[in-house]
Amino acid sequence: MALETITEKKVLIKGNYAIANAAVMAGCQCYFGYPITPQSEIGEFMSGKMQELGRGYVSAESELAAINMVIGACSTGVKAMTSSSSCAVALMQEGLSYACTDELPVVLISVMRGGPGLGNIYPSQGDYNQTLKGGGNGDYKMIVLAPSNVQECFDLTYKAFYLAHKYKNPTVLLADGFLGQMMEPVEMKEYPYPEIDNSAWCLTGAKGRDGRVIRSYGPLAEDRCEFLENLFGKYKQIEENEVEWEEHNTEDADILLVSFGSTSRNVRTAAKICAEKGLKVGTLRPITLFPFPNKRLAELAQKVKKIITVEVNMGQMVNDVKLAVNGKVPVELIHKGVGTPPSPEEIVSQIEELV
Amino acid sequence: MATQVFKIPETFRKDFKYTFCPGCDHGVAIRLVAEVLEELGLRENAIVAASIGCSVTIYDFLNIDALEAPHGRAMAEATGIKRARPDKFVFTYQGDGDFASIGLAESLHAALRGEKISAICINNTTFGMTGGQLGPTTMVGQVTTTSPTGRNLEYYGYPIKIAEHIALCEGTAFSARVSLDSVANIRKAKQAIKKAFEVQIHGLGLGFVEILSSCPTNWKMTPAQAHERVRNEMCNIFKPGIYKDVTEGLK
Repeated sequence: MALETITEKKVLIKGNYAIANAAVMAGCQCYFGYPITPQSEIGEFMSGKMQELGRGYVSAESELAAINMVIGACSTGVKAMTSSSSCAVALMQEGLSYACTDELPVVLISVMRGGPGLGNIYPSQGDYNQTLKGGGNGDYKMIVLAPSNVQECFDLTYKAFYLAHKYKNPTVLLADGFLGQMMEPVEMKEYPYPEIDNSAWCLTGAKGRDGRVIRSYGPLAEDRCEFLENLFGKYKQIEENEVEWEEHNTEDADILLVSFGSTSRNVRTAAKICAEKGLKVGTLRPITLFPFPNKRLAELAQKVKKIITVEVNMGQMVNDVKLAVNGKVPVELIHKGVGTPPSPEEIVSQIEELV
Repeated sequence: MATQVFKIPETFRKDFKYTFCPGCDHGVAIRLVAEVLEELGLRENAIVAASIGCSVTIYDFLNIDALEAPHGRAMAEATGIKRARPDKFVFTYQGDGDFASIGLAESLHAALRGEKISAICINNTTFGMTGGQLGPTTMVGQVTTTSPTGRNLEYYGYPIKIAEHIALCEGTAFSARVSLDSVANIRKAKQAIKKAFEVQIHGLGLGFVEILSSCPTNWKMTPAQAHERVRNEMCNIFKPGIYKDVTEGLK
């Protein structure tokens, strides 16, 4: 893969390279990472490009070190990131809990593979819970963006940097091995978001001012309660401002299919086949997994007869859909434990069984 | 005429409260760090990565920018800070458990990479903040709350000689072990800290100082007895000295 970065034309490119290019073009100043399939192209690309540009790069000794290097870099206000997969993202959970508490703009690219344990290198959506429900300790939330094609891998990487800095909150691009390894045409536009001024909080040396402390330690219970209320106030703002989803044919649908990421591509094809068979099927794809499109799902639950989630895991997002619709309609699951998404035909035949 | 021979460094926060136990050497160590920061003109350009343990409270004492790292990760966070802002003076202040037990990989790899940072490690042979459990530097035979009949080799193996290990790393520019058990040794300690800071300023690599310190509370000793132990026991096992100095012979 050539180290191309900026082009006005579309280029045929792997998802992992799209992500890495977007990070460089977004102005990411530091990359720290440890290899793991199926996202290693990101670190390989960054090793060359960051050195060429005179930016920060470390082949970290572990994922624990990598995420903490990102925390260190982010504490100085710069854009910084790491990338990893599943069982290795598991090693970063401590750091992510700290980064949420420290309110630092950490960007993590998480390219899911099969689990649990070592699992395998097939694509998967098995880390929905790890990412959304927190593998780290305590009450915290990360902003989570879920691309469904390579163009979105590029665009949402930009957005991840923007939202991380806008809200001083760790932000995850949750892709999977399918997206990471797949090639599609991508238009590499310029970074479209405003730069966020971090000068009021970042560590630069206490020149002409008192020393700033970025800390997560809160020895007094009362202070901690107040801190958590404020933190969750921020999460509420994020839910009000940033929820994003895509829906099709929901106006007169009887059945609503909900899926995210690469799986949603086959789900849309499945919906078209269903329409040809006379079934009224709409689709909804959350683009932000946190914030989750709870309100829209609750609205649609008033209209449809059944909701079916389609996932490549044993059923994780389905629980959030159930919470969103709060028993208004039955919520079913079509799933496959690990691997490439179920084919449109498989999805259609399972829909027919469920209806 | 009266002459002022001692003052609290300007780098200390105006409202700091002394929170260490009587006879603990953290207070002296932090004062030395503050004095060196001032003498080298670094206060306004410094960022410290604080660690978990009693050492974390350095940010309550020093009026400098600070990032609190998870347990063992101060060297990784300091690496991130320095790579993002190479013009800043970056150092860590850690205990032996943080630096050489849970954080040993981060410490050694930072040294191997020759990170242009400085690290201060307080070795008091125990996990102090959690109540005096056996740590990576607990001496053979030493009684702790998790070695109730003393550290034996069968169950616990050997303590680590930190300054020697760091000195073995090719990216290390300076590695020394000092003690705070006497006025003369406190002066030597300050010189070592200064050197560990200077090698960073000159971009030579990692500067490291292991400071042998007392922990009277967890050792269940008086401050005087604790310093006797530093002098008579610790200094025999963890021998003070300069283990690496790439500036030797340089002008």
